[in-house]
Amino acid sequence: MKLDISKVVNGCRLGSIRHLGKNADQVLDVPGCILYTRCGAAPHLTQETLETIEKMPAVTQVTLSTLAEHQEVLEDYKAGAASFLGVPNSVLYCSLHDPASPFPTGFMTNKTVSVWGSGGRIEMTPSKFMALQAAVKPDWFQSMADGDTSGQHTSWKRVRKSVDRTLVFLDECLKLQKESPNLKNSQVFGVVEGADVLEERVRSAQETAKRPVAGFVLDGFQNHTMSKELQSKLISAIMAELPDDKPRLIQGIGRPDDVLDCVEAGVDLFESFFPYQVTERGCALSFNYSYQIDPETEVLIKNNIVNDEVAGESCTEVLEGQMTSFEMDLKDKRYCDDFSPLLHDCSCYCCRNHTRAYIHHLLITNELLSGVLLMIHNFHHYFGFFRSLRQALQDGHLDKLKQHLVGQRCLDPQKT
Amino acid sequence: MGSHTERTSALVLRVVAECPVSKARACELSLPHGPVHTPVFMPVGTQGTLKGITVDQLEALGCEICLGNTYHLGMRPGPELIKKANGLHGFMNWKRNLLTDSGGFQMVSLIELSEVTEEGVKFRSPYDGKEILLTPEESINIQNALGSDIMMQLDDVVSSTISGPRVEEAMHRSIRWLDRCIKANKNPERQNLFAIIQGGLNPELRKKCLEEMTKRDVPGFAIGGLSGGEEKDHFWKMVTLSTDDLPRDKPRYLMGVGYATDLVVCVALGCDMFDCVFPTRTARFGTALVPWGSLQLRHKQFAKDFQPIDPNCECATCKRYSRAFIHAIFKTNTAAMHHITIHNIAYQLTLMRLVRQSIVEKRFPDFVRSFMSRMYSGKGGYPEWAVEALASVNIALE
Repeated sequence: MKLDISKVVNGCRLGSIRHLGKNADQVLDVPGCILYTRCGAAPHLTQETLETIEKMPAVTQVTLSTLAEHQEVLEDYKAGAASFLGVPNSVLYCSLHDPASPFPTGFMTNKTVSVWGSGGRIEMTPSKFMALQAAVKPDWFQSMADGDTSGQHTSWKRVRKSVDRTLVFLDECLKLQKESPNLKNSQVFGVVEGADVLEERVRSAQETAKRPVAGFVLDGFQNHTMSKELQSKLISAIMAELPDDKPRLIQGIGRPDDVLDCVEAGVDLFESFFPYQVTERGCALSFNYSYQIDPETEVLIKNNIVNDEVAGESCTEVLEGQMTSFEMDLKDKRYCDDFSPLLHDCSCYCCRNHTRAYIHHLLITNELLSGVLLMIHNFHHYFGFFRSLRQALQDGHLDKLKQHLVGQRCLDPQKT
Repeated sequence: MGSHTERTSALVLRVVAECPVSKARACELSLPHGPVHTPVFMPVGTQGTLKGITVDQLEALGCEICLGNTYHLGMRPGPELIKKANGLHGFMNWKRNLLTDSGGFQMVSLIELSEVTEEGVKFRSPYDGKEILLTPEESINIQNALGSDIMMQLDDVVSSTISGPRVEEAMHRSIRWLDRCIKANKNPERQNLFAIIQGGLNPELRKKCLEEMTKRDVPGFAIGGLSGGEEKDHFWKMVTLSTDDLPRDKPRYLMGVGYATDLVVCVALGCDMFDCVFPTRTARFGTALVPWGSLQLRHKQFAKDFQPIDPNCECATCKRYSRAFIHAIFKTNTAAMHHITIHNIAYQLTLMRLVRQSIVEKRFPDFVRSFMSRMYSGKGGYPEWAVEALASVNIALE
């Protein structure tokens, strides 16, 4: 794996990762995201429907929380998860937890870390963890980590313990990797813990950076209990300790405005669970990520009247079910006879073929196709956002994109 | 394609081949949204969608016609809205043919509080509790709004397991309702109205119904009131009695039949069209259909079974995924259901293509024998009714 940074603007890193793993030709551009899956397969989608999506990420995320219960199966199968999942050429990144499913707190120990799958809790020692990785055979994997510190009242002592344990786990993983022929070509991502304690974050970053890891995972930012200012401060402090030539992936950050903040702090990679969550609440991503806006639209944005899809949402509705102002609720009755596509300028399969009225009907009648079509649109839109983000960086217009996104965020009462 | 200048209906049936031994036939139906090659299995897309499958996927599977349910669509989103969307074709963006039922069957089967009078079927809406009367005119009115290529008459459905005067009453009423439906059809030039033969399991009543209904100039006929839990022995006899008296130049649609064996036997008895929710419904419960029966993929025995569902199947699922993969993701990802649904539709459509090919190539009886032997090998022999039904059309199973 090789990360080339072509440009750094105000802390934002633009570049690409090559030699991703088993597939030498593929390139992952940063800032970018990896493909979210459920049990290794894109939610709701078959290969045919997945292939309708443009600008697919070159790396697919699988999680031990969904794969751990299939360890025996994967061991019998031998050829690794990518082949088992029917996508032998895709580059896999294996993380510990599913970013869309919060896990219960209080189960991590000095010796073990737990994950929760459909069959309940699975407790792993470093050797069990590495045995699992050997069965999965990922191109990249997140080292074993104790990230159980995102509760609001985690003591300083507990935070310190999580940093210490995670470093011990990392050393164990690196040691065991040497003994595992299956994992000879896999790259380890070290995990930076430390919750909201600046000193611990710095220590975790420094110590992890000393180890022979290929990249870094920023853990513990997923629960949104800390303020934006503190989060930015912590991330910046971490970044200062990390080498420039290795990718940094943050877990649990998905909203486009949050993504932008993290990119400005120097983060390269994100997960794509956010479009999945939007899909599950019957919504479609509708925020405008074009930074080359015509003057007329610009005036509207300045006056906080963003495109009709977003502006249409009233504040009370936004509060329901953690909906954000970046999406529209297709269950809303107002769409029942709206024969326009989800978004007028969207080229996704759903928008090219179907109307808001049809999606509304599918949601109201609980039809499975609603998940399929919304997932296609939401992935398509989200990947388009990252492409636009990179283009804006390239063109030196990130501030425009940011202003534009913040303008759309203002409508969200949770953020004001 | 010939020139059909003087057609009074929106349907032309061309008999392509007839089995010299049995009553099986292969036809080409010309319908407003393209040709349909029969014998055909029609997947059911109840609410304007085929259970997680996109219209492009359905087209790629080779599906030429699928079903929508008038009762469901009439309730949600309602005929006015679908009309505004340019009919059901426009609403779901399906470019090929659609068949809609009358809505009557769902009312009687889904809703306990329904009451049938000469006027129509009276029931209480499960959504808002309002009392609704579905008359033959209203059923056709909704189906006209849906714009389906084939519409079904409203019939008086009685359970196939009851007998007595109610069956006779239902048969006569269905004939009267057929006349009201024909009169109500506003688009005969682009929407084909099919009659439904009733008469329960009583041969005399069936014959009477056939005699009356075939006097009407309808574009096609359905055999109704069967596949409702009656003895298979009664079922096939009613089917064969119906096809004996149906005109050769019109399609015969056997409603609610979709098990592979039933399809093959009823093709031999002279039926052209079939529909059933079974293949797609069973897929969502994890069951994949194969030439030797079915596989319950949620069962533990498939956890380490790395073969495709059917190694000889050409569908998108079998070409890429294993039984073990589908087993593994079943609990956490709806894609598992979609994979099986695609396979099951492919299975049904492929089966019918093979049936058709064998009829065209004049080797249908051999096809039936090899199909039956594969399906029932090691299962303690063939079902008695199928042996008898096939024998009645000169196909002997060894």
